[in-house]
Amino acid sequence: MTAHQNPLLTFKERAKAELAKTPRIDLLVIAGLVEPGARVLDVGCGKGELLKLLEEQKHVDGRGIELKQSRVNLCVAGGLSVIQGDADGDLATYPDQAFDYAILSRTLQATRRPKEVLKELLRIARHVIVSFPNFGFWRIRLQILFRGRMPVTWNLPEAWYETPNIHFCTIRDFYALCDEIGARVERSFALSPYGHPLGMKVPPPLHNLIAQQAVFLLTREPGKRG
Amino acid sequence: MNKPILPGRELGAAPQQSLIYRSEIALPLDCGRELVPFDIAYQTYGTLNAERTNAVLVCHALTGDQHVASLHPVTGKPGWWETVVGPGKPVDTDRYFVICANVLGGCMGSTGPASVNPGTGKPYGLDFPVITIADMVRAQARLLDHLEIPDLFCVIGGSMGGMQVLQWCASFGRKVFSAVPIATTPRHSSQNIAFHEVGRQAVMADPDWRGGSYLEEGTTPAKGLAVARMAAHITYLSDEALHRKFGRNLQDRDKVTFGFDADFQVESYLRHQGISFVDRFDANSYLYITRAMDYFDLAADCGGVLAGAFKGTKTRFCVVSFTSDWLYSTRESRAIVQALNAVAANVSFVEIESDKGHDAFLLHEPELFGAIRGFLNAAAQRRGLMQGARGGSQ
Repeated sequence: MTAHQNPLLTFKERAKAELAKTPRIDLLVIAGLVEPGARVLDVGCGKGELLKLLEEQKHVDGRGIELKQSRVNLCVAGGLSVIQGDADGDLATYPDQAFDYAILSRTLQATRRPKEVLKELLRIARHVIVSFPNFGFWRIRLQILFRGRMPVTWNLPEAWYETPNIHFCTIRDFYALCDEIGARVERSFALSPYGHPLGMKVPPPLHNLIAQQAVFLLTREPGKRG
Repeated sequence: MNKPILPGRELGAAPQQSLIYRSEIALPLDCGRELVPFDIAYQTYGTLNAERTNAVLVCHALTGDQHVASLHPVTGKPGWWETVVGPGKPVDTDRYFVICANVLGGCMGSTGPASVNPGTGKPYGLDFPVITIADMVRAQARLLDHLEIPDLFCVIGGSMGGMQVLQWCASFGRKVFSAVPIATTPRHSSQNIAFHEVGRQAVMADPDWRGGSYLEEGTTPAKGLAVARMAAHITYLSDEALHRKFGRNLQDRDKVTFGFDADFQVESYLRHQGISFVDRFDANSYLYITRAMDYFDLAADCGGVLAGAFKGTKTRFCVVSFTSDWLYSTRESRAIVQALNAVAANVSFVEIESDKGHDAFLLHEPELFGAIRGFLNAAAQRRGLMQGARGGSQ
């Protein structure tokens, strides 16, 4: 019996088991955007899955920031350069353009001041890669419309009162923010629930409805300081 | 000409004779004076590889010495960091060539206030120049020159050892491939200085100190030094650790005696710590080394900006602190990390949950071992160091 079928497990436990089975394809998409040998800062690096991937595949000079100390210690014991810190407070200590890429993988929505965090990332890195869950995803819209409750999905399994995600946005919201802070969208990907890029079959105007996640590659507009 | 490959000594049951490096070339000191000649007593473990790229310098703390992983010749106790340094240990002597030197000003063979002043033929006593952490590091750099080791794979140490690690990176950054400062601080705080002053005053208040000339006069300021050690020892522990170990338990009695004997176990423990310390440590050395720590302020030489000390560094850092360390708290380590971030250095930072206080770095802390091992493995890979004889066992 798989975790998915086990009736004794709560929805959250089933969702976690399901996620554990699914490879983080969004991480592969992100890794594909990084030039080999680059200096990379992964903000909210978790247990270091992406950093490991980037070091193995792209031989990057990788660093990480992670909020949870136990995960930091795990990363360092695994040979990664990671410090305890948070996106809201600790980015200010880095010098301008210290990195080729700053990566914010499924972390933006958990920061207190996402706009300031993005501006800081554009300051300390030449490129910024952001991935986030798309709150415009149709299942989420339907849950609010028909159930009248805050949405709970496999990708976002926590109830509203226990979720670390406090600043959700849709893909269209994110474009608007990029405009506002002078970030140029170099590339963007809309990902299916399993993390696969939607590709050309789905017309871009529908991405905000069909994508469960999005990945953006940003640079700072020349001359703008956000 | 092929340089000789330095063999280390086997880790054995018998205490090892220390090696002595004697320099006849004057060592310039921060105080403006020079020291010549001077000795540095040291121990080595493991084997230096043919490329001379696998040397690890272990820096000891205030009352430590070069016997990091072998029996102590005075106390007969195991090396002070045998949990970390040895075959298959996090600092793996099957893989790395480990050097640990007694600091300048120390009393285990390196030149210090108990050494004979060549000018007078008597022990230096207070004629010994006041030394700094930078002076200690300068002397260690001389030792490495003598051993013909061009650069270090790693400099590692806790407490005052961590200060030396930081000083190495500031003074000889290009010679340090990786650095692990543990439970340390970039500068001595007012409170740190205050505790040291209590210790020094205790020593100097002992009539047997004789203005620092006790060696000539054949006395020992044992009581003063023991009190200094007792006071300092409290700062190395934590409230929780003391309470867990002793509580309010009484020592070999059922009730308090309404006197000033050691009624409580904690009193008896501290007295023991004080008395046993006197057997292995020189009182003037204690004054000089605590002074060196008090003078330590890495940012001071860089206009008060700590990041200036690490400008342009290529060293890989792993900063470690312990949650219950109130002597050199996590806040101090975080200041180091922030300074390193400001120069975009490659830095890891691990704060380890422990209730054992400052001394945690010397104790059984598996998370510390894991962090050191993981960090060194990754650094060794970058440096192209081969796995050790044990295959770098995990």
